[in-house]
Amino acid sequence: MNNILKNIFKLKKEKSSEQFEPGVTMVQTTPLSEDQLKAVSFANVALRPPQFLIGCGQSVGLQRDHNEDTIFSMSSILADGRNDVPFGLCVVADGMGGHLNGEIASAVAARTVARILINKIYTHLLENNPDPMEESLQETIEHAVNEVQKNVVRYAPGGGTTLTIALILGEQVTIAHVGDSRAYFIYPDGRIQRLTKDHSLVQRMIDLEEITEAEAKNHPHRNVLLKAIGQAEPVYPDVQTHQIPKSGHLMLCSDGLWGVVAEADLYRSISSQSDPALACKEMINLANKNGGPDNISVILVKFQG
Amino acid sequence: MELPQDQPGTRKITETLDNDTGTFLQLHSGVVLAERYQIQDVIGVGGMGSVYRARDLHFPNVIKLVAVKEMINQAPDPVVRKTIVKNFEREANILVTLNHPSIPKIYDFFSHENRSYLVLEYINGKDLEAILKSSLEPINEDQVIIWSIQICDVLEYLHTHKPEPIIFRDVKPSNIMINQSNHVVLVDFGIAKMFKTGQKGTMIGTEGYSPPEQYRGDATLQTDIYALGATMHHLLTHRDPRLETPFSFGERQIRQINPLVSKELETIINTALEYNPADRFANASEMKAALVALARRTGALPRSGSNNLSLSEQDVKPLWWFECEDEIRGTPTVDNGLLYVGSYDNNLYALDATKGQFLWKFATKGGIVAKPLVAENSVFFGSADNKLYVVQARTGKFLWEFLTNGAIHCSPKIAEGHIFIGSDDGNLYAVNISTFQKSWEIHTGGPVRSSPFLTKDMIYFGCEANEFICSDYRGSIKWRYLTKRPVTSSPIVADGIVYFASQDANFYALDAKSGWVIWRFRMAKGSVSSPALGENSLIFGSADNFLYCVDKSSSREQWRYKCDHQVSGSPFIYKDAIYCGTASGSFYSIDYASGRLRWKFISGGAITGSATAFNDVIYVGSTDHKVYAFMA
Repeated sequence: MNNILKNIFKLKKEKSSEQFEPGVTMVQTTPLSEDQLKAVSFANVALRPPQFLIGCGQSVGLQRDHNEDTIFSMSSILADGRNDVPFGLCVVADGMGGHLNGEIASAVAARTVARILINKIYTHLLENNPDPMEESLQETIEHAVNEVQKNVVRYAPGGGTTLTIALILGEQVTIAHVGDSRAYFIYPDGRIQRLTKDHSLVQRMIDLEEITEAEAKNHPHRNVLLKAIGQAEPVYPDVQTHQIPKSGHLMLCSDGLWGVVAEADLYRSISSQSDPALACKEMINLANKNGGPDNISVILVKFQG
Repeated sequence: MELPQDQPGTRKITETLDNDTGTFLQLHSGVVLAERYQIQDVIGVGGMGSVYRARDLHFPNVIKLVAVKEMINQAPDPVVRKTIVKNFEREANILVTLNHPSIPKIYDFFSHENRSYLVLEYINGKDLEAILKSSLEPINEDQVIIWSIQICDVLEYLHTHKPEPIIFRDVKPSNIMINQSNHVVLVDFGIAKMFKTGQKGTMIGTEGYSPPEQYRGDATLQTDIYALGATMHHLLTHRDPRLETPFSFGERQIRQINPLVSKELETIINTALEYNPADRFANASEMKAALVALARRTGALPRSGSNNLSLSEQDVKPLWWFECEDEIRGTPTVDNGLLYVGSYDNNLYALDATKGQFLWKFATKGGIVAKPLVAENSVFFGSADNKLYVVQARTGKFLWEFLTNGAIHCSPKIAEGHIFIGSDDGNLYAVNISTFQKSWEIHTGGPVRSSPFLTKDMIYFGCEANEFICSDYRGSIKWRYLTKRPVTSSPIVADGIVYFASQDANFYALDAKSGWVIWRFRMAKGSVSSPALGENSLIFGSADNFLYCVDKSSSREQWRYKCDHQVSGSPFIYKDAIYCGTASGSFYSIDYASGRLRWKFISGGAITGSATAFNDVIYVGSTDHKVYAFMA
């Protein structure tokens, strides 16, 4: 941008921080380590177009006989030099209920929401002269969740599911959730920011200061949800939009992961692997090592800053 | 009237589904069910089918209307299918045994292929959810008391039913109809009963209205009492509990939101909403008795809207004020101990900010509305005489001017050696401050009164021609967003999202890069108020008299404060408080965290600009010609 400004406004010339002083650079003669290499090769060059890698993992766990979770992910880039629009969609649904309805519910939920959002938003991106969208992104997602609700009530009555959606569009990610499948930002400096607040009884009791976080972990009602897809009511998801971190990760997961593996261990797995798929595999191994009491689902998005 | 004789029994019902929208194919009007009920219209849509208004053809000489509730069973699992039918039959069986003016009579029950039908008394009226939706105002207290007494009455009837008490389990506005004689009728018995305990516990009732124990699968008489309390809270505050954290009514005390409600009624509702069932009313008759006693005491006395105005109003005196020769409609600026303010008397004034003493004034040939900008030892400001003026900040000595073709109502901004300013001639100008020449202009279809927001590489502004524009520093437009009415509000950009209000009654959050709408927040009327950015929230006023505080990532309302008139200026955040004025001349100081009034001052004219602050002193101008200084 600075260059453009200089050209238009004929500002006084400033020295760009990206320029190397002749003679000072490249004095190191020993081979560079991978980290050092990364530092010199990528440090000041922003990746164009901005992009991300998605990895995911799923496991039935060690104590359940079948899987009731469903995950969905896709990513795409459309870059023409003027408007770079990365698009990504990730969904985690954790089914519950008797008979086969838990797995039907989570599958119906993930399919429905992916179909609607791809039809409405992704297809719209690929149109030549798109009319502006009538709805806001958050409204589109809310309406999609309500359609999911109707479909689950119809195809899996008695069953229910959590639903956590992350829609990446440009530099923003919009997250909607119902239930206790979580979304996190994980920063390179080790910070883990939980974006979603569980719709669970224990979370509410924590908020009311009736119990502590530690007590919640072993509370007899820790599985009771205050909100889930599958009630015969319009569902109001929590919807929020955040700017994507310049570098770092977005993680979506079911309670089979977050309830079983400590945050510090999750961070270690994520930061030790450059490939998000391998990081997912490692996190699932950790959950199973800790007993694997529930189905495990995880989607990890790595932003290439 | 002729019966449709040519109909060979019931017309076939098609089972087609629309796969994209996932909606059931509803019965068309004219379809006759069970050779008796002729469908007229859809009056409701539930999770498993629709509710229709139908005519009972067994009464050929009178028009007898009935409600037909449909349940479409599409469960793939035969065990589940059976359970669903059983639950539906149970609803019918419960209703058959009941006889109360607030419970609809049941006439018939039958199944057809995978659809089951209940034929019920048709209630000609509106449910409370629809009544709430039809207005932005809360329902008045006397009306809520009268309806609640009737609801307690029918709950009392259900709870003392023999042999088993009946717990309604789903008291909420959409299940409470008000008929033509303003009488309550409970509808929808038993929809919540089909949900089974799964691994994650039971999901029954309606989120937002249901008490904590119901989520654990317990339902007692106190369950219905809590849900009635939740419903009353919703009616009196117009705040939908389904949009709030469950069991958080204690954090939204009724009288904070609607001060017209009496303390006594608030206490009754708080008792019904106790977290612990044992702390609530023991039964519906106890709650009814409390409500009846209150209704007797208040009688049917109408409350006047004005007697609560001075509720928390304190006596606030300005530190000083300075009077110009005409109205002050704009916002003052403080810099380096000097207060700069423009007036409709065509002058820009410079005052000593601590004492309010006059230092100098600079005369233009038109009124000065916008907020002056101080930069590089100069004051930049526009005037209704079409010019951008630049004067020396200390002395008011004229430095240079730039002529546009229209009055200037826009506050200038500075970046990259340029002043950016809009004019009523429809242009946004980039004026070079070393050559005093324009570098470019962007032409829009209407006056530009919205002050541009400048980021590192983009310029954002609205215009009166119903659009919002993003341009780069070359003056080439990156994107436009069309609103339905003018955008006078000045935008603000944070974390890649641009926020602004429009006179089309929406507050917008657009992706700053692409112009995609991320969320929209609807107000009752349009707004020209520019948003103020708090830590995680946005605060803005509106012509609907409200000052809103919403979460910036979700658009969820944190609180709203009802002012006595429209808020056109931008709210100003200073420390823990928000300052804003209204068209009736009131100047409010509101607590940022809670949205409660700290103090209020009434000036002699409308306040259309914003406040500003320096050293714990708040400054604001009024159309009573004065600029006031207050302790923060």
